[in-house]
Amino acid sequence: MGERVVFDRKELSRRQLKDYIFAIMSLLALGFGLITLLLLIIDLASTGLGRIDYAFMTNFPSRMPEKAGILSAWVGSLCVMFTTALAAIPLGIAAGVYLEEYAPKNWITAIIELNIVNLAGIPSITFGLMALSIFVYKFGFGQSILTAGLTLGLLVLPIIIVTTREALRTIPSTIREAAFAMGASRWQVIQHHLLPYSTGGILTGVIISLSRAIGETAPLITIGALTFIAFLPTSPFTEEFPFVTIQWIKDPFTVLPIQMFNWVSRPQEEFHVNAAAAGVILLTLTLLLNGAAIYIRASFRRKIKW
Amino acid sequence: MVKAEVKNLNFSYGEKQVLKNVSMPIYDNKITALIGPSGCGKTTLLRCFNRMHDLYKGAKYDGQILLHPDEVNILARDIDPMEVRMRIGMVFQKPNPFPKSIYENVVYGLKVRGIKRRSFLQERCEQSLQAAGLWGEVKDRLNSGAQMLSGGQQQRLCIARALAVEPELLLLDEPTSALDPISTSHIEDLIVDLKKTVTIVIVTHNLHQAARVSDRTAFMYLGDLIEFDETSKMFTTPSDKRTENYITGRFG
Ligand SMILES: Nc1ncnc2c1ncn2[C@@H]1O[C@H](COP(=O)(O)OP(=O)(O)OP(=O)(O)O)[C@@H](O)[C@H]1O
Ligand SMILES: [Mg+2]
Repeated sequence: MGERVVFDRKELSRRQLKDYIFAIMSLLALGFGLITLLLLIIDLASTGLGRIDYAFMTNFPSRMPEKAGILSAWVGSLCVMFTTALAAIPLGIAAGVYLEEYAPKNWITAIIELNIVNLAGIPSITFGLMALSIFVYKFGFGQSILTAGLTLGLLVLPIIIVTTREALRTIPSTIREAAFAMGASRWQVIQHHLLPYSTGGILTGVIISLSRAIGETAPLITIGALTFIAFLPTSPFTEEFPFVTIQWIKDPFTVLPIQMFNWVSRPQEEFHVNAAAAGVILLTLTLLLNGAAIYIRASFRRKIKW
Repeated sequence: MVKAEVKNLNFSYGEKQVLKNVSMPIYDNKITALIGPSGCGKTTLLRCFNRMHDLYKGAKYDGQILLHPDEVNILARDIDPMEVRMRIGMVFQKPNPFPKSIYENVVYGLKVRGIKRRSFLQERCEQSLQAAGLWGEVKDRLNSGAQMLSGGQQQRLCIARALAVEPELLLLDEPTSALDPISTSHIEDLIVDLKKTVTIVIVTHNLHQAARVSDRTAFMYLGDLIEFDETSKMFTTPSDKRTENYITGRFG
């Protein structure tokens, strides 16, 4: 042992200073992001909030801005989201479970995994182009709620797959081993343990993906969603047996962001106010969805401890 | 009477051979202790008995473990690991109850086997918790979460869970290493008590524990089974120098 390590106060204060500078810079960056977002929301709300009333929610779009409403848009958004969820949730969860629990760890699996991650980064309009040629023309689904739901379903599928896998991965292997050691089959382990314990994480992914889908515009315009719809989809309830129908899935539709897009592209100032009001509704929906995701995650985390 | 027989068992993780031609008998209604320095392959050997290695890639083994009375080779490729695990129970080093209620934990093995009759499940739940010495402490809160229990209680719950399906053989991997002395002595008493009904193989680092509870002891070193004998003989007059060094604390 030759040289001794001595305590150097100067060196210490240098490191403390660096720490301090870094903290300030992070705070500034965070503040910048938050303030921009806040200004955006305030701007939108101050323009649009006053326009929202009962009539605005229950009127169809119109040539006269003061009579125009978002009824067909929000009903359309709801129907499309429902179809998206129906398509993407079972597929996404099943694919995630397969990749995490069943797939052999070889290069084919590795390529599939890589592509799923890449898929999440593909510009959404590409999904629109693909849907146009496959769903609209090849399958003949038309410019319908079904086409839109499937398109957005594909778009958010990677999110659901990835969050499902992450949720499964947080379950300790000791729990899996405990279940297998009791003589459980792989499916029993999944059904009795892995899915229940990862419900919080999976639901969070599902909600996040829906809140992404609800704001998507480009792929829906690409498949030819109409921008002016003055009627509602077919009611799901009928007079005669079996009293429900899925006819609505074949109907043309519009959604909130497309309605907004339509209004902002008009010259009259009053339509811009309408667009802002629809924006407030859309933003509120998105925030509510995200809030629900946070709540669900927190409550599941409290319930399940290892 | 022999309950199981390990014959020429070789095991490797990838290229690394961890068990070298291990052969030993497991006597019926007796407690067999596996001892040896860290990394000698005790856990690996124990996990061969319930085919736990089949869950992971890269584990290779050959040889036999014959389970009596039917003399089925539980390592055979055509034997489903599920079948083996239904006959052979295991308690792990770290307590690993499911994040479910105490009741659901205990009856889980029965649920896996498709048994649904409520009265039977409840009866078996009580019996198993009694056998694991936990009944008195939890009988008023069977429906509360298993995570509320202390470490020692959780480990006894895991023992109850394994006992509920009446295994022919019970594997214990350092079941007390995460526990305080009082919980440890609880569980030791329990283990001795259990051998009336079930054959036990226990891995332990605690030589006093091996001496206190076991009837036979196997000493392993670097993947070899060095010595296997009656515990009393092993701890007084070991025949191998390495065994003697280990039990007198000169290495390991
Ligand atoms: N999953 C694994 N992959 C590769 N090598 C492993 C794996 N598990 C264990 N080993 C190696 O196998 C050898 C035996 O390990 P094992 O866990 O059976 O030892 P042990 O006797 O139980 O030790 P301890 O007393 O510390 O628990 C060790 O050298 C270890 O490094
Ligand atoms: Mg071990």
